[in-house]
Formats: sequence, structure tokens, C-alpha cells
Amino acid sequence: MPRRDDKIPQAKLMAIQYAILALLLVLAFRLARLQIGGSERFETLAERNRVRTIPILAPRGKILDREGRVIVDNYPSFSVLLLRDQVKGRDIDVEQIAAGLNMTPAQIRERMKKFASGPAYQPIVLKDDITPDELAFVESHRNELPELETIMVHRRLYPRKGFTAHLIGYVGEVSEAMLDLPRYELYQPGDIVGKSGVEQAYNDFLMGKDGSRRSIVNSRGKEVGRLSETPAVPGKQLRLTIDLDLQIAAEEALETVGNNGAIVAMDPRNGEVLAMVSRPTFDPNSFAVRISREEWNRLVTDEGKPLLNKAIQAQLAPGSVFKILMAVAGLQEGIAQDMHVNCGGGKNFYGRFFKCWVLAERRTHGVVEIQKAIYQSCDSFFYTLAERLGIGRIAKYSTALGLGRKTGIDLPQEVSGVMPSEEWKVRNFKQKWYAGETISVGIGQGAVATTPIQLARALGGIAMGGMLRRPHVANPSDLPPEFRHVSADYADEVRVPLDPRNWETITNAMVEVVNPIGTAPSAHLKDIDFAGKTGSAQVISNIGKAKIGGGHRFKDNGWFVGFTPRRNPEIVVAVLLEQGEHGYMAGRVTAQVIKAHVEKQRKRGLKLAGTPPQTTEISALWNGPGSGQEADALHGGRFRIELTPHRRKRALAAPGLELTPAPIPDYSRAGGGR
Amino acid sequence: MARHFSFRDFDWVLLGFVLMIAALGVMEIYSATLNTKFAGVHVKQIYWVLAGLVVLFLVSLLDYHILLDKVHWLYLASVVSLVAVALFGRKYMGARRWIQLPGGQHFQPSECVKVVLILALARYFCELPSRHASVSDILKAGLIAGIPMLLVLNQPDLGTSLTYVPVVIMALILGGLRLKHAGVMLLAGALAMPMVWHFGLKPYQRERLISFRQPEADPQGSGYQVQQSLIAVGSGGIWGKGTAKGSQTQGLFLPVPHTDFIFAAFAEEHGFVGAAGVLLLYLLLLMRLIHNAQTAPDRAGAFVIMGVVAVLTFHVLVNIGMVVGYMPVTGIPLPLLSYGGSSVLFTFLALGIVMNIRMRRFVN
Repeated sequence: MPRRDDKIPQAKLMAIQYAILALLLVLAFRLARLQIGGSERFETLAERNRVRTIPILAPRGKILDREGRVIVDNYPSFSVLLLRDQVKGRDIDVEQIAAGLNMTPAQIRERMKKFASGPAYQPIVLKDDITPDELAFVESHRNELPELETIMVHRRLYPRKGFTAHLIGYVGEVSEAMLDLPRYELYQPGDIVGKSGVEQAYNDFLMGKDGSRRSIVNSRGKEVGRLSETPAVPGKQLRLTIDLDLQIAAEEALETVGNNGAIVAMDPRNGEVLAMVSRPTFDPNSFAVRISREEWNRLVTDEGKPLLNKAIQAQLAPGSVFKILMAVAGLQEGIAQDMHVNCGGGKNFYGRFFKCWVLAERRTHGVVEIQKAIYQSCDSFFYTLAERLGIGRIAKYSTALGLGRKTGIDLPQEVSGVMPSEEWKVRNFKQKWYAGETISVGIGQGAVATTPIQLARALGGIAMGGMLRRPHVANPSDLPPEFRHVSADYADEVRVPLDPRNWETITNAMVEVVNPIGTAPSAHLKDIDFAGKTGSAQVISNIGKAKIGGGHRFKDNGWFVGFTPRRNPEIVVAVLLEQGEHGYMAGRVTAQVIKAHVEKQRKRGLKLAGTPPQTTEISALWNGPGSGQEADALHGGRFRIELTPHRRKRALAAPGLELTPAPIPDYSRAGGGR
Repeated sequence: MARHFSFRDFDWVLLGFVLMIAALGVMEIYSATLNTKFAGVHVKQIYWVLAGLVVLFLVSLLDYHILLDKVHWLYLASVVSLVAVALFGRKYMGARRWIQLPGGQHFQPSECVKVVLILALARYFCELPSRHASVSDILKAGLIAGIPMLLVLNQPDLGTSLTYVPVVIMALILGGLRLKHAGVMLLAGALAMPMVWHFGLKPYQRERLISFRQPEADPQGSGYQVQQSLIAVGSGGIWGKGTAKGSQTQGLFLPVPHTDFIFAAFAEEHGFVGAAGVLLLYLLLLMRLIHNAQTAPDRAGAFVIMGVVAVLTFHVLVNIGMVVGYMPVTGIPLPLLSYGGSSVLFTFLALGIVMNIRMRRFVN
């Protein structure tokens, strides 16, 4: 074929030259836009690529008792983090990770799903408190699994066997529901926060500020250099008003009787809570690492309600303890002073016979005036007084003394209890108040429901001559203002008018309660100026009890609230014994706590004065347990009262925390991998 | 036909541009592979460039007219070698592109086919009697390019098969394509798009195109490479982070920083100044080639040179376009800068033919 030899037109080649020039200029402009216009944005992205931020978790502050002894400490452990920004387009090998960390793939996926909405640079905690073997797995798979990282975590160490568990509470991962609340808006998913008790109330104070370590990594997640480290700011130590010695005494006293229930001891002069116990208890150490579903379900469904802090969350009929409030109302209204009631084992009101407890012992109280009505806890007297006062005046005084309302203690989830009144009945039941209901209220039954802390505050306030303090477990004055847990709804101090003569009448009678003529002579404490009031409250009416067949489930609750000394009291103790049946059982528990307190104070005094302890022999009326409804059976005899029985040693720290006894696992093998 | 031929007419300026680009390439390959298992391949690249120079000189000795006369045999050999790859080639990373040569080297015939295609189309269009290409001419030219294209596409190697397209287009433009034919082809191409999308492309290729459209949509997935490339280029700024100091390159965030994404690595470490400088070198190289086409001794020579221009331009545009996020990720290397024997040898082979033509520009 002939080959043409005409040249290609120059214009065509020129056009191609310009076209190429134009296209390269487009690229040049693009480069300019990226490298000059967008360099800052891309520099940030490049930094985010190469810089890995690992959080340094701040330890929470220790919790101490009033004398600085440790109640809650921390111990070091390791957690595995999943760094999602190190995954780089690969699929996460869930199976391999699950096998190495002794988890199920489903657990890992669930964790990832929970945090899917968060930014990728924020690490997810996959597993807490890993074993040395699991740590070794992470270390030896750094190349294949660059998305795994381990960090040292300070984990909470709580006292053994659920000691102070309810008061202290526990910590856990902040829940999604909590994050929606304004109080937690600055928190991140995965943060460890207090979930109940002191841990929750003073979370912001106890919680430190996490730091972080920034290091340079390559795309495989290998650390090739360090940039900077922002140290963690540890949480602050919180000193409680709790007296560890008293707390131990209270826990032991309740443990010894074996009932469920609660104890509150507080200083009525200033509202400082000295001890707070609730039974059954739970072990918050198992909450420090994520709690298993089974264990949680067991705690939630347990009939004894172990998660409830009964000192502030049990709302139960106060029974005869309420008679002290009735006495205040009756005396202040000028009705009770000269009232004499003939107790015939009960009394008729509105055509119905209301029994006095004494009827069960086939006796009567005879003619009863106010003091005998208190120390013998005569129901007939207080039925009559209730009828004379009317529900309006009863409710007025009781409400003033703090019933039906939270005390404002610095702990979460306090309940208010119930103080019924005519308005209360209309509001809640759309029903009229029946006069007969007033009679039951007069002995602390019916709709009245109180918490142990309310009764401690009310009776402590009465003992103080009408000055009620807001209870608290941490002194607001110890805390910076922003961390104080004080609600403006509750006054620090409430004054209820109480005539000194009436105070005299009531407290004199309360002293007799623990004397041979009272309802709890077995709670008597030799040489201790101890006064109190028993109570036993029906969980269900006697008729109902008979109907159901009356198992132990419906045994009466026993109450006792006592204080010492009678004048200018230092301590008031409220004890609730569920199914305790008799107030005097609670009275003995109260006496144990009171005794522990007094002995501790005296020991201090003795140390100063150097007087040796002594034992005394006295003669008194004593009792044998198991008889009667509310009163002890009274026996005469001689007793040796030891002032130095098993001298309690001063506690060094809460049980389990004596010797910085952190259960530190052996991680020494981990570094080298396997 | 006696022809004047002298090394005085050897294009030293062109060679200068080529060696400057190749030197920058070797430097960047060194930097980009410093922390990888490829460390040291820059030395290999030097050997490839030296081998390329030998090829260039050898090819410039052989009169291109002889190549044009025998091009039908070369074409046949190309098709046979591509079929051979399909049958006996080594499978590597999911594609059958390489033939293992004795001595352990791998050879990619599809690069050589490019040169043969340039020569074949040049000859075809030079032998056309009319000034304008008829419909049957267009179809025949399409067939010449289409057979090797389909074979390469089957490997599968979308990138390389696409590099055959600019050769055809350049030949058609120079060979006198009528405007209305061009219009019809564009229209047909547009209509064929959905068909190609559904039946012609493999799922991973479709994914690449999608991720090219929205690189931010899936930064951890297939858009990751483009995203990392943009970060590398952008964070380079005006002056760059310095050799072996680019965090994207050194931290291995940038995918294949010594081959397909070498321009991104270069732009990160040498900034806008360096990147624009490389662009300028490519512009000068291409202008010099077109200048040689203008002064070519005959129509066929100009055709061949412009074919080389078309392929190189396409490579530069598609590769840099990919690096700056204008083009999908296709795996087309940047000539002379990217590491790779086949690519270097092809480029020097093509430039050798250009030298060959230039040295014979003074026709008696």
C-alpha cells in the first residue's frame, strides 16, 4: 500500500499542545487548592492518623471515715481497649479477640454496638480486670491485632462482705439513660461513675479527670514515638461523718441477731450520721468489674431486697415509736398532761374494740397517765389521745417532726414515707377520712410509714428539745461549695416548739423504757444514761394474718429508737428489725451501738484520766426472751455488768482494707508475650 | 531508501527531562519504602532505568520504518502473548497479568502491546488514501485496538486496557475523524455506559468508582486509599514535610506509596513547590515530544510520536488525577516516577522509538 506523506496539520498539533497544557493546569490548580488552601484541614487529619490517644484513667478518691481511716480504696488492674480508629478498613476479627480474651463473640459485638455512635478515635473498654494470660495475649498479638490496647486502671476496692455497702454504694459504667440527664451531660459513654450511695452523691468530687497519652503510630498501630502526656488528675478523698468503730459495732450487732433490717446512728446536735447499716447486704466488689446478668438478677429478685438501703429506703409503719410523736402533740396541745385512761386491755371506739397489746398477756395496764403510757407503751391511752387530738393535729405535729417528707440526707434515692391526713386521703384515694383510721394512726399503724432515718431525726430532735437537724454523711463545710450535696428544699435546722416541761415528761418516760418497768428492760445499760422507745408494727392486720395462715413472712417488724445521754444527747440510734416481732430485740441492738459509742468516748476520757476499768455487780430485773408481745418477761436477779467486756480494739480501716491489701494479680509474665 | 542518521540529532534535552523525572522517582521510592519490606528497591529502580537507557539506545538504532513494515507480525505476536498470559500466566493478587521469565523476573506483556498498538495504528492511518476516516476505517481501527484491549480486560487489568483508548483516540483525531462521527461515538459511548456498568465491570471495580465519587462516605472501606492520598497531598502544604518525613508516607497510611501513589508521597514530602515542579517537568517532556512530532520526517513518524504523547499524557492525567481525587483508583502508574520494571521499560522503549524518528528527521 502506498504510504501518504502529507504532514499532519500544525494547527492540530498546536491544539493538542494547548489541550495538554490546560489539563495539567487543572491538576496544578487542584494541587494548589489542596496544598495551599486546605493544608490546615489535612494537617489535622494527618495528625489524627498518626497520633493515637490512649486515656490515662484517673483514680477515684478514697472514702475515709471521720477519723481518716480508709473505708474505700483502689487497686490497680488492667483493661483491654478496642481502638476503632486503628482498624483501617479491615474487618475486626471478633472470633480471634473473643478466644484470646475468654469472651464470646456476641459479647464483643454487643460492646461495639453500644458504642457505635461515638467517635471512632474514642476507645472502647472491651474487658475489665483481665488476667495475666489475657494481658499476654494482647501483648503478643500487637501486629495482627493493632486495634487492641491495654491500660492500667484503678479499680474500686470495697470492704469485705458488703460492709457499709449501702451507705457507700458502688460504681459502674455510666448508662445511656444517665447520659441523657443534665447532671451527666459532660460525661462520656464508658465513664465509671457512682451508681448509688456516697459514690453517686459525691461522684463529681470523688471522680478525677482522666488524662491521656499521645503517641505516634504507623498504620499497623505500632508505636514509633511519643508526643506528650497529660497526666490524670486523681479524684479527691472524701471524709465521711461515719465513725468506723461505731459502724463495725452496728454491723456486728445486726449480724448477731440475724434479722434483716437497718441501723442509723446519728449525732442529733449536728445531723452527722455516725453509722448506717442495712441488711441483707451485697458485695460491691463484684460491681467494680462489670456484674454478670445472673448475679444482678439474683440481687434484684431477692425477697430481702439487698440493693435497698433500708435506713433511708424502707417505708414501714413505725408502730409504738410513733407514740413519742403523739406525746409531743398531746402535751403541746395541753391534752395529755391530765389525761387518765383506764386500759382494760383495749378500748371501744366508734363501736369497735381496739386491742391493747397487753391483752395478749391476759392482763391490763389499769389506769394509765402519759408517762406510764410511754414506758409501758399502752395502746389504749394513745387510742384515746388520738381520738381527742384528731388526725389534723396529729398530722401537723408529725409533719413538723419530719414524717411524710424526705430528711434531705446527702444520699440518693431517699424515700419520703407517708404521714396520712384528711387531705392526703382525698388526694390519693379520693375518699373521705374515717374517724376509726385516726385511732390506728395513734399507735403508729394504719397508713403511717416511716424510714429509720426519719425516726432517728424526729426522736433525736425531740431529745434535743425540738431542734431537728438535716442528717448528712459528709460535712458540707469540708467540701468546696460546688460539691456540696445540699438541697435548698430541706432546711439544715428545723425548730419545733417543745415546752421544757413536756420534754422532761417525755424523756423521763423514755428512760423508764429500758428500766425494769419499761417495755425493754433487757436493753438496759448500766451506768449509761440511755433512753428510748420500742415499737413493733404489724406488716399485715391480725385478721389478714390468720386468713393467709400467718407464716414467718408476716411477723411484726421490731423498732427501737434510743439516745444517750438524756440531756444534751450525743447520739441517737434507730434500729429496724424486719420480722423482729418485739421492740425490745431492736432495743438490745440499739443498746449495743450506744454502748460501743459510750465506751469509745469513755476510753478517750480514761486515757486522759488514767482510771482503770471496773466491773460492778448490780441487782436488777431481767428478762427471758420469747414471751409476751412487746414487753420482756421480767425476772429478778443479780448481774455482773462488765464495763470492760471484750474491749473493742480501735479499727484501723474498714474490714478488708487494713493493710493496703490490694489483690494485685501477677502481671510480670505478661510483658514478654507467649 | 538511504537515510541520514546521526547521534548529533539525538534529543539530549528530552533525555535530560526524562532522567530528571526518573531521578526524582528514585529519590521518592527510597523515601517511601524506607520503613517497609520494600526498602532498597530504589536500587532496583536505578537498574531498571539503566536497562531502559540501553533499550532506548538500541531501539533508536533500528529504523522505525522497519518496525512499521513488520508491525503486523509484532501485532500477531502481541495477541499470542496475551493469550499465553491468559492460559499460562502467573496469578498474583487475583489477576493473571505476568509471565514468569527464566531467572525469576516477571514480565507484563500488556505494556509492550501498547507500543505495538501505537505502531499498528500509525501504519493503518498512514496508509489511508482519504483525508477523512470513513466509518469502516473507524471500525477497523477499533478492531485493531479492541482485540488486545479485551484480552487485557480479561486478565483483569482495567487500568492497562484503558491506556489503549487514548492511542486510538489520538490516531482518530490525527487521522481525520469527522465531527459527526465523533458525535455519534460519544453518544454511543454514553448509551453503552449503563451496560458496561452492569455487565462489563466486576464488583470491586464498581466499588472503586462509587468510592471515588464519595470518598468520605466510607473512609474505612474502599474510599480509604483516596482519603489517605488527599490527606498526604494536602498536609504537604507549600514546602512539604521533607524527604523521609511525611507522616502519611512513613506511617504507611498511604497505600502503595512507591508505585501508584508515589505522586502523593512526593507531594507530601516536597509540598506544592515539588509537586508543581514535577507537573512542569511532565509538561516540558510532553511539549518536547510534540515538538519532535512537528519536525518528524514523515506522517507515520508524527503518528507514532503522538501515540506516545497520548499514552504518557493519559498516564499522567489519570495517575495524578487519582492522587488528587479527580479520578477513580485504577492502578495506572506514573511513568518514570513510579517503581516498576515493566512501566520503566515501556516508557524507555516508547521514547527510544521517538529518538529513532527524531534522528531520521532530515530525510533526503
